[in-house]
Amino acid sequence: MHPAPSVIVFSVLSGIGFGMLAWLGIESTPATGMTAFWWYLVAFGLAVVGLVSSTFHLGHPERALKAFTQWRTSWLSREGVCAVLALCVMGLYAAALIFMGTHIAILGWIGAALSLITVYTTSMIYGQLATIPRWNTPLTTVLFLTFSITGGALISGRISTALVLLVASAFVQVIWWKKGDTAFADRGSDLGTATGLGKRGTVRSMAHPHTSPNYLMREFIHVIGRKHAQKLRVISLVLMAGVPVVLLVLPFNHIFGLLAVLSHLAGVATSRWLFFAEAEHTVGIYYGAR
Amino acid sequence: MTDLPTSTDKKLGLVIDLDTCVGCHACVISCKGWNTENYGAPLSDQRPYGEEPMGTFLNRVHSYEVTPKGQAAQTVHFPKSCLHCENAPCVTVCPTGASYKRKEDGIVLVNESSCIGCGLCAWACPYGARELDQAEGVMKKCTLCVDRIYNENLPEEDREPACVRTCPAGARHFGDFADPESNVSKLTAERGGMDLMPELGTAPVNKYLPPRPKDTWDDESILAPFLEPVAEETAGFLGWIDKQLSRLPGDTNKMEGAE
Ligand code: SF4
Ligand code: SF4
Ligand code: SF4
Repeated sequence: MHPAPSVIVFSVLSGIGFGMLAWLGIESTPATGMTAFWWYLVAFGLAVVGLVSSTFHLGHPERALKAFTQWRTSWLSREGVCAVLALCVMGLYAAALIFMGTHIAILGWIGAALSLITVYTTSMIYGQLATIPRWNTPLTTVLFLTFSITGGALISGRISTALVLLVASAFVQVIWWKKGDTAFADRGSDLGTATGLGKRGTVRSMAHPHTSPNYLMREFIHVIGRKHAQKLRVISLVLMAGVPVVLLVLPFNHIFGLLAVLSHLAGVATSRWLFFAEAEHTVGIYYGAR
Repeated sequence: MTDLPTSTDKKLGLVIDLDTCVGCHACVISCKGWNTENYGAPLSDQRPYGEEPMGTFLNRVHSYEVTPKGQAAQTVHFPKSCLHCENAPCVTVCPTGASYKRKEDGIVLVNESSCIGCGLCAWACPYGARELDQAEGVMKKCTLCVDRIYNENLPEEDREPACVRTCPAGARHFGDFADPESNVSKLTAERGGMDLMPELGTAPVNKYLPPRPKDTWDDESILAPFLEPVAEETAGFLGWIDKQLSRLPGDTNKMEGAE
């Protein structure tokens, strides 16, 4: 799959933003006033920047409101609905804390649940696609949720929780990669089943229908990106979990904290880039590629 | 709503005969022509005369080579357009309701004025049957020429998809698969019509007819016996001439077995 920067930025930032909102929602003794304001500014900023950037790759962003209508069948629509609900509920909760110093615990819990459900719906947009076997597994949901609460814990300064979660997310990531590497072959689709000619002999693509890459090839066949996949996986793990863990166990200081967050973001973005670049779509089969 | 109908009254679709298709791409051109000049946003081209030209097509023809074990390779031209799947994954993923499958005839269509061009339906289609038009930013796909097949302004013989009407080899057939007596149902039954990637559970309506088996080098030839000499011995007037001519010197082309 073509790794579109707007989609990568969206899913990384909004995932972490909603994870942070979830943590803020379940605090038993939350900050109030200006302190609360700054926390919520960061969390809302991440979530909203992500949502806005996701409209950049639309052909007709001006019709985006229509995307809230098909929640009965479409995970993309459900994501939009859940995101707006989560932001509204958490907005009310945050406003009560910031302007009135009132802690409405139940609102926070509902908002936290909605935030995580939003991340779940995001993961299902990818996880539902039988055409991309690497994504088409419940593990994709586990991966997205783990990343979300890990990033959220790290940015909201829950050091001990973040330490455990950083190790856990590295673990989930490695399992997801391992399973993904054989997913396409396990599904059993090849040029034989794609053309129905497999029973008569070996099938080979002899000539493409067109002389230069079309939309399908640009969108679905991204072979170049896979060249350095193994190296990038290591880099991603080190940045996402390795560096932050080391920085967090060192005696705390704000510079280290900031560096840990930045390194984690870079690691997750690398992982998300690989998520797309390594994903093979069944359309590739028709072009004799993967 | 992007719910799929539980069943459709008709199942309109195509049968594509891989035995007959000669790979001329005429259907590609007629499809592009009809769908650029008629319903919906025109099918745009990018850099048509420049480097790496690119464009939107609703139907494309691949060429494959099948090599049966121990036999000669065979070329198979393979036209591919939307299969109007009964269990169309492209419809249910659509967030806006732009993509839908019609209850009355099973045709899968895109309402272009609702499409936000998110591309998710193209991700969900296993066959590469949907292309996002780069100029219009909306999703384009085969309409089964819905603006021809019911179009009473056209002469009756033209009320079938442009690609079917054009095909010079008769490799594309249009009809209703819900009717067991239709031409497409009969062809599918007779020739063993196949689904593409059945393992993905999309239940395509369009069927592909496999190439007929070709004869092999070891087979008994049906025609060879007819090439046997009719008469071993020459007789009569022609026989006399033959004998006289054979006596003359300079015969380079001696028949096998002749002394
Ligand atoms: S072939 Fe693709 S676009 Fe057509 S109905 Fe099936 S899944 Fe949808
Ligand atoms: S590109 Fe258009 S038709 Fe396809 S899923 Fe998005 S909104 Fe629906
Ligand atoms: S039925 Fe019409 S739109 Fe579909 S491939 Fe044929 S010509 Fe194109």
